[in-house]
Amino acid sequence: MSMLDSIRQTMRRDEVFPFMAPKVSELLDVSHGPILYLEDLNVSFDGFKAINDLNLYIDAGELRCIIGPNGAGKTTMMDIITGKTQPDSGQAWFGQTIDLLRMTEPEIATAGIGRKFQKPTVFEYHSVYENLELAMHGDKGVWHSLIAHMNGEQRALLDETLETIGLKEQAQQTAGALSHGQKQWLEIGMLLVQNPHLLLVDEPVAGMTHQEMDRTGELLTSLAGKHSVVVVEHDMDFVRSIANKVTVLHQGSVLAEGTMDEVQNNQRVIEVYLGE
Amino acid sequence: MILFRFFSNLLKDDRGGQAVLLILFLMTILVPVLNLWVPADHPLHMPTYLVTLMGKYLTYALLAVSVDLVWGYLGILSLGHGAFFALGGYAMGMYLMRQIGDRGVYGNPDLPDFMVFLNWKELPWFWQGFDMSWFAFMMVALAPGLLAFVFGWLAFRSRVTGVYLSIITQALTYALMLAFFRNEMGFGGNNGLTDFKEILGFNLQADSTRIGLFIASAIALAVGYLACRYIVLSKLGRIVVAIRDEESRARFLGYKVERYKVWIFTFSAILAGIAGALYVPQVGIINPGEFSPLNSIELVIWVAIGGRATLYGAVVGAILVNYAKTVFTGAMPDSWLFALGALFVLVTLYLPQGLAGIMRHFRKAEAS
Repeated sequence: MSMLDSIRQTMRRDEVFPFMAPKVSELLDVSHGPILYLEDLNVSFDGFKAINDLNLYIDAGELRCIIGPNGAGKTTMMDIITGKTQPDSGQAWFGQTIDLLRMTEPEIATAGIGRKFQKPTVFEYHSVYENLELAMHGDKGVWHSLIAHMNGEQRALLDETLETIGLKEQAQQTAGALSHGQKQWLEIGMLLVQNPHLLLVDEPVAGMTHQEMDRTGELLTSLAGKHSVVVVEHDMDFVRSIANKVTVLHQGSVLAEGTMDEVQNNQRVIEVYLGE
Repeated sequence: MILFRFFSNLLKDDRGGQAVLLILFLMTILVPVLNLWVPADHPLHMPTYLVTLMGKYLTYALLAVSVDLVWGYLGILSLGHGAFFALGGYAMGMYLMRQIGDRGVYGNPDLPDFMVFLNWKELPWFWQGFDMSWFAFMMVALAPGLLAFVFGWLAFRSRVTGVYLSIITQALTYALMLAFFRNEMGFGGNNGLTDFKEILGFNLQADSTRIGLFIASAIALAVGYLACRYIVLSKLGRIVVAIRDEESRARFLGYKVERYKVWIFTFSAILAGIAGALYVPQVGIINPGEFSPLNSIELVIWVAIGGRATLYGAVVGAILVNYAKTVFTGAMPDSWLFALGALFVLVTLYLPQGLAGIMRHFRKAEAS
């Protein structure tokens, strides 16, 4: 009897086999508000629960800051969104139609999610200009790249981005020769030329001076609205200066969510994080 | 005119490449003159064995360029590139075997000698078609290319990188060597394929054929060099270097890293196969020893000595090391491997950028 049941289960006529279902819907649908849905996510590494029943929604055009002590699962969460880590259970949707868990990293990047790593990661042997050229949105196929040249719109965007990130003078310099802060900026610039809908920014101001921090803050807030931005940051002053909504992660799940003031006065948050 | 602009663009900022191609061009003119038209007793006469030796070096140089493309630019240390070289060589060897016809020792018009010897009654299916030059020359590229594509697709898709990939490539060439040693494989067992008579109707022992093969090797090297140069200078080349330096960053920018690796690896294997195909008629034999892991390691050393990620460094390294090998194995046969090992250690310690690094250093000193 149970075998019959399991056969019935696999041969259900009201749904198609998982591998038959269309993989990616090209169109990003944010008509219900959120651009990113993370639901009931669980990840464990060798028994350690890095993500524990995580539920998180990011609205289209929102600037969201995510804080939390070390090991709270911030980077793991980004790994799941960008396809680097597969969760044990749960769902991750980009808009209402794009299932992130069934896509590879390049597919997710092409769908419109850009990511800046915690440690600035740029192509050190390429010039600043070439770094941006490589990140530029457009056809990323092998054969196309043999004959690819940037079109006028892309070149204009590149010049504009060089201006925005303040590296116009260093355009022909190799990226390896930049200072730590400049590399951070270059990586943010590489995100911008990708034209992503959603930017995941991991510790953007680490190693920056106060002036640089202010400029980064301005840049990120100016991006919100047109793009959705998720910032993971340790620097509380910086978070306070840019965030209107903050999510606190703790032990792999959401501990509190709200404005900076609400979060700071939340008793549990004070216990685990801010109070120490 | 457009063509000229195209080539000068490729070689702009590549002084080493300009020098390599210029020397190649001069040699293709000088060598035939010195060998064919200068009388044999004249001091400037170039003996035929020297022509063949140089032709062999040129095929090694092409092989080294193919390794430099995957190692220097893509960052994949392949310790099995000799396998692709040997496969191309076998494809050519099979064609040359079929050209022997009934002039073999057994005089069998349908079967190569070793098959008669093994009492085989008919030609195995995989030997069909190799009597036609166009088919055989196609297989020269197709056989190594296909192997590289399948191997690369499996390895890169499972994200095997670094030293593990090197070990698998080493295992690949070793496995092929063992397989080709077996008589049942139908490739002549440990004797390999030899006793060739003619290629495309030209007698292989004739001086003029030797010259022809030398020129073909020079042209293959020049075209292979320019093709690699084109790849390196295109956006594809920049992506490939980006993958070498920061693979995950490239992935998060939307590049399907596996595909890039597979195609570059396959292209490189095809170049290696062509080099092998030109090598075989010049040395007159192909046997499973060409698959030996040692060969693949040696050729990585050529590239390291010449200088990685420069292309012309690979050419220089391959020719210099092989010239040294010819001299050393003649003078002190037992000491060559020690000399090679010492050379590799010295280069790794003091010249991490190889001979090309010295050139760059001098140019910088000159500029300042």
